[in-house]
Amino acid sequence: MCDTCGCSITEGNRHLIDEGGKHEHSGAVEVLSNLLHENNHTAAHNREHFDRHHVLTINLMSSPGSGKTALLEATIEQLGKKYRIGVIEGDLETENDAERIRAKGVPAVQIMTGTACHLDAHLVHSALHDMNLDEIDILFIENVGNLVCPASFDLGQHYNVTLLSTTEGDDKPAKYPVMFRAADAMLITKSDLLEVLGDFDPQKATQYLRNLANPADVMTLSARSGEHIDLWIEWLNERFDQQQQRIADGATRRPAIQADEIALHAAR
Amino acid sequence: MHELSICQALVDQLEGIAAQHPGKQVIEVYLGIGPLSGVVPQLLNDAFSVARAGSCADAATLHIHESEIIVRCLSCGKQSPATANRLLCSHCGEWQTELVSGDELLLERVELEAFEQSGESSPAYH
Repeated sequence: MCDTCGCSITEGNRHLIDEGGKHEHSGAVEVLSNLLHENNHTAAHNREHFDRHHVLTINLMSSPGSGKTALLEATIEQLGKKYRIGVIEGDLETENDAERIRAKGVPAVQIMTGTACHLDAHLVHSALHDMNLDEIDILFIENVGNLVCPASFDLGQHYNVTLLSTTEGDDKPAKYPVMFRAADAMLITKSDLLEVLGDFDPQKATQYLRNLANPADVMTLSARSGEHIDLWIEWLNERFDQQQQRIADGATRRPAIQADEIALHAAR
Repeated sequence: MHELSICQALVDQLEGIAAQHPGKQVIEVYLGIGPLSGVVPQLLNDAFSVARAGSCADAATLHIHESEIIVRCLSCGKQSPATANRLLCSHCGEWQTELVSGDELLLERVELEAFEQSGESSPAYH
């Protein structure tokens, strides 16, 4: 954020300042502030909180039913002894997902959003009051199943992981570019069904992701059969080590959502 | 759906600006929205008519400027227009590009006017 006014200068609007110096605050009418300024502010606060407690935070996003909770169950089985895992669950209604996670012996806080189609930084902040970050190494935030709205809201996470199940169609990244552009990793889930379905091509899905100029890692795996779960576990191990290194260096990481704003302000 | 949440955040920001200008109300609101912001301008417009009710922007008109998607190629360095699901360089075809514009979600400008002078009085502050 710009120190003087909280504005958001990006390449796309810099001309407003450069051409004729319109960015004057005589009447505070040239605002140039991100519409989600308040959410982003709280998200940055959440991120500081995670970093201070040496926590790696991962935001899982996907359509409903693509296997986010099943992935978490498999992850806990593999990594539950190595890391202290915590989960924040976002759903419109019910505690069902949090109960599935708790059954694995891991603390879970359920956020019930009512009619809201996404988690925001304020909801996550509130949930953190029910979670002891001193006792957590990796925090997963399972966002509301939705490939549209969650992409616009920074929660304070370090990475976005987007799931695409083989039952959905391999062109999802082309249909929902905002969501898949924000992914730091794309997991093609339910790989055990590939053979049965016959019409999902993981390479095509990867190509659609590359068309969004996204170099994110792609892993094709199955939480049910365990196929290639080791790739995901290795990815998490690496991200955890990188997070600890960043904290030692006094740095942090923010996913691709509106990253330009931050990058350009950092350069100012 | 999330357009309503975003409009509520917008109205909160407008309330903050109006509070700095006692006796004035917001009459014009200018936004810059990019296709990769994840927000649909028409839905934002519809949501604004709900969110502004009873606020300092009750009588405000929303103007949305939709920005173009422009990418810069990380290989050849040239800029080119692109579409939301094909952010490729149109010069050399490279997929590794960075976004120059197209994901904006900005409140650019607000115009205020004294209460009870609607219609003919000129907007304040230019």
